[in-house]
Amino acid sequence: MAKDKKAAPPGVSRRDFFRGSAVGALSTGLLSSTVAEGAQTAGAQVLGPGPVPVTLQINGKSHRLQLEPRVTLLDALRNHLDLTGSKKVCDRGTCGACTVLMDGKPVYACAVLAIDAQGKRIETIESLGTPEKLHPIQAAFVEHDAQQCGFCTPGFVVASKAFLDRNPRPTRQQIEKGLGGNLCRCGTYAGIRAALLAVKAGKGGGNA
Amino acid sequence: MPEYKWPDANDRDLIGKRISRLDGPVKVTGTAKYAFDINRPGMLFTRTVYCPHAHARITKLDTSEAAKMPGVKAVRIIQNVGTEIQWALDEIVAIAATSEDAAEDAVRAVKVEYEVLPHFVNGEAGEKAPQAKAAQQNVVGDPNGAKAAAAVTSKGYYGIPTISHCCMEAHGQVCEWTDEQHLEAWCTTQSVAGLPAQFAEGTGIPAANVRTHCEYMGGGFGSKFSVDRWGVECAKLAKDAKAPVKWMLEREPELTIAGDRPSAYAEIEVGASQDGTITYWSSKSWGSGGPGGSGSPPMPYVIQPANRRHQHISVPTHMASARAWRAPNHPQACFLTMSAIDDLAAALKMDPLDFFMKNAAITQRAAVYQEELQKGAELIEWKKKWRPRGQNGPGPVKRGLGVSMHTWGGLGHNSNCEVSIFPDGSVEAKLASQDLGTGTRTVIAIVLAETLGLPLNAVKVSIGDSSFPPSGASGGSTTVGGVSASTRRAAQLALEQLLVKVAPDLGVPPEQLEAEKGTIRVKGNPTKSMPWKQAAARVGMTPLTAKGANPGAGKLIDQGVGGIQMAEVSVDTETGIVKMEKMVAVQDCGLIIDLKTAESQCYGALIMGICYALTEEKIIDPVTGRMLNANMEFYKLAGIGDIGELVVHMMTGPEYDKRGVIGLGEPPVISPGAAISNAVANAIGVRVPHLPLTPDRVLAALEKGGMS
Ligand code: FES
Ligand code: FES
Repeated sequence: MAKDKKAAPPGVSRRDFFRGSAVGALSTGLLSSTVAEGAQTAGAQVLGPGPVPVTLQINGKSHRLQLEPRVTLLDALRNHLDLTGSKKVCDRGTCGACTVLMDGKPVYACAVLAIDAQGKRIETIESLGTPEKLHPIQAAFVEHDAQQCGFCTPGFVVASKAFLDRNPRPTRQQIEKGLGGNLCRCGTYAGIRAALLAVKAGKGGGNA
Repeated sequence: MPEYKWPDANDRDLIGKRISRLDGPVKVTGTAKYAFDINRPGMLFTRTVYCPHAHARITKLDTSEAAKMPGVKAVRIIQNVGTEIQWALDEIVAIAATSEDAAEDAVRAVKVEYEVLPHFVNGEAGEKAPQAKAAQQNVVGDPNGAKAAAAVTSKGYYGIPTISHCCMEAHGQVCEWTDEQHLEAWCTTQSVAGLPAQFAEGTGIPAANVRTHCEYMGGGFGSKFSVDRWGVECAKLAKDAKAPVKWMLEREPELTIAGDRPSAYAEIEVGASQDGTITYWSSKSWGSGGPGGSGSPPMPYVIQPANRRHQHISVPTHMASARAWRAPNHPQACFLTMSAIDDLAAALKMDPLDFFMKNAAITQRAAVYQEELQKGAELIEWKKKWRPRGQNGPGPVKRGLGVSMHTWGGLGHNSNCEVSIFPDGSVEAKLASQDLGTGTRTVIAIVLAETLGLPLNAVKVSIGDSSFPPSGASGGSTTVGGVSASTRRAAQLALEQLLVKVAPDLGVPPEQLEAEKGTIRVKGNPTKSMPWKQAAARVGMTPLTAKGANPGAGKLIDQGVGGIQMAEVSVDTETGIVKMEKMVAVQDCGLIIDLKTAESQCYGALIMGICYALTEEKIIDPVTGRMLNANMEFYKLAGIGDIGELVVHMMTGPEYDKRGVIGLGEPPVISPGAAISNAVANAIGVRVPHLPLTPDRVLAALEKGGMS
């Protein structure tokens, strides 16, 4: 996409290196520090292609399902258990809208196979709070208007929970790095920043 | 008849305050159900065969194998043999099956062959493009004379590419036939009241038999007004399969065919007198947004030099059709115009702040822009920080400041509201409107509660259902004006009826009563009152209802706003990386109903603006005509760490209030491209002529300017 057709100057500089990258400098999505690696490969046993029994521990409850091995954790949640709080946006591990906790660590549920999530403790947005009794992070999101259309919001709330569990008193810089694995199109980042700083200060608002 | 106006500033309990959006709690808990989240019993999922070519004719099509695949319940051929396809990823066949994976397997079993035809995707080609259509040149005054007389002129070439809407919730819907003749659809839409007629046209049933829902929707930004072909075909699949069908676009088609803001390029020459007044403007612009080309950006933008000419060339391409994108044509016109005049300020060796201040005089809102420029300059400390171009420090990282101005209409759309007061004191407003995340629901509740003298939690707002009284589509910043005016009128009329019923109890004529603080009371004698609940019991066995419509421009609503934005950036001249330091938005929008959600509109717009200024671009491969970055790794949006400090200042006070309510969705998204581009030019001493300001472009501009 470089419109610049001129020959590169001799020698290799930082500049030459960046010239090759036509897609911009933003770091979001590719370098998340909060999102754990995908699930480990499951031995040599061959499963499927038809449905196989799968047991998932979700929000403290055990669910037995018949799923094809290719079904993602996200599709299992949304299409088989009607837990639709985790959203499907990019479906390839970029945007964070599907973030859930697996053994306390945030993962992109679209990038984990349901069969690989067996034996793990899975927590979704549905486990955090209810509209009547919000979790302090959720109350802070509402207070600081950290949601517009709200489609990215559950993913941000879950990622924020995981982040604050590990960094209870973050700086703005840490928030910006720690939440770098989630994207919002409406532009709620300023509200999210303010919400997390408020939770840290112990004034999340509402039922905190 | 009551007098339709807003309460005086000191009589407002809710209007203009900072109120949290009412649907925040359901959104942060994941309980809000979007179309994407609707799961109906026995529901099927859709996958689609898309045309891989930008221009082709279908020569063979065989779906017989696919139809036999496990789980497949319906196959619809959308475009058959012989059809000429005009853009990549146009829909050919849709398949409904018991799971997304089963549908995907069936898609792979469809055999399609194409005769590939030559395509054209280069919107930047302008006049040289096949089928380029030049519009009539617009001339005012004597541009040639003004050019000759100008003390200084400046000439430049500027461009802004096609971008996508990239709604987080993809386009689509769930369709379900309740019987042979009745369709129910859950849609992600900006026009819940407009869709039944479109479904009806596509399916051949009466519009009265279609009911559409949209309680929550995950972003539209102008791309979700239509039922679209996938809507009608989804309904047909559901009919064929005799089961509810969900069809939500996958991310690749979502980015490729469901969102397109037209590109715009321009050669611009502009001139000024010695004191900095712009006296001469000449521009030729071109751009594309698919087969229909592109609309003409309104140029010159905001400023009206006495002598000017403009011509636009529309370039049809083999790309999906353009869709309205927040403030259609304005971000393009703004970027092109404000960049060109900022370059003129540099040629004049004038501080752009002084230059914009001076030329605010040749706009339609001189006083507003001047007040806003002053406020913005204070907030960003312009006079302290600004240095002339190319004088921003000796090190490789340069700081810079830029400014821009914009305008928008924002007159409220047609809107109808029905307010009911129930015998138990509960209150409901119903509108077939939709909340795009802008705060529509909250605004309606504030107006309703304020009018009836009730607390916010005592009123219920029901929207997102086409069976309610119709409101217009949410586009062009028209919703807040429409729904606030219709709700105010409906609430006033309902209250008037209630006062008639209550008056005998309080022993005064109804005109002497008012609703305040949860009571109906005698004006000027608050001790003579009746609690709301008791008053509402007077309505009898059935609820009292009243309908109100937006009367149009007048005391309740108005149109026409001005805003300014300033950006501070730092640019690494060795890597070409632009970093946002700070942005300031100063915006007017008449009477503000909810200050908190109004500010959020501006924050969101600044961030969307940072995206299209720095990273967003549809990259189309000229060889294949395909979009190369139709995913969210490479169609880059800014993240939380990329936005810098943001400051929003809403203009408020009696002068603004008295105009009534004016829409806000579009205006603040118009200026960021120009303000940021001007800041980068200020930082590095040369103009980077194309958005987005990616490192390669910054470096190329530095090299061309001999600054490397
Ligand atoms: S949907 Fe999983 S990361 Fe985007
Ligand atoms: S609130 Fe709409 S995408 Fe984040």
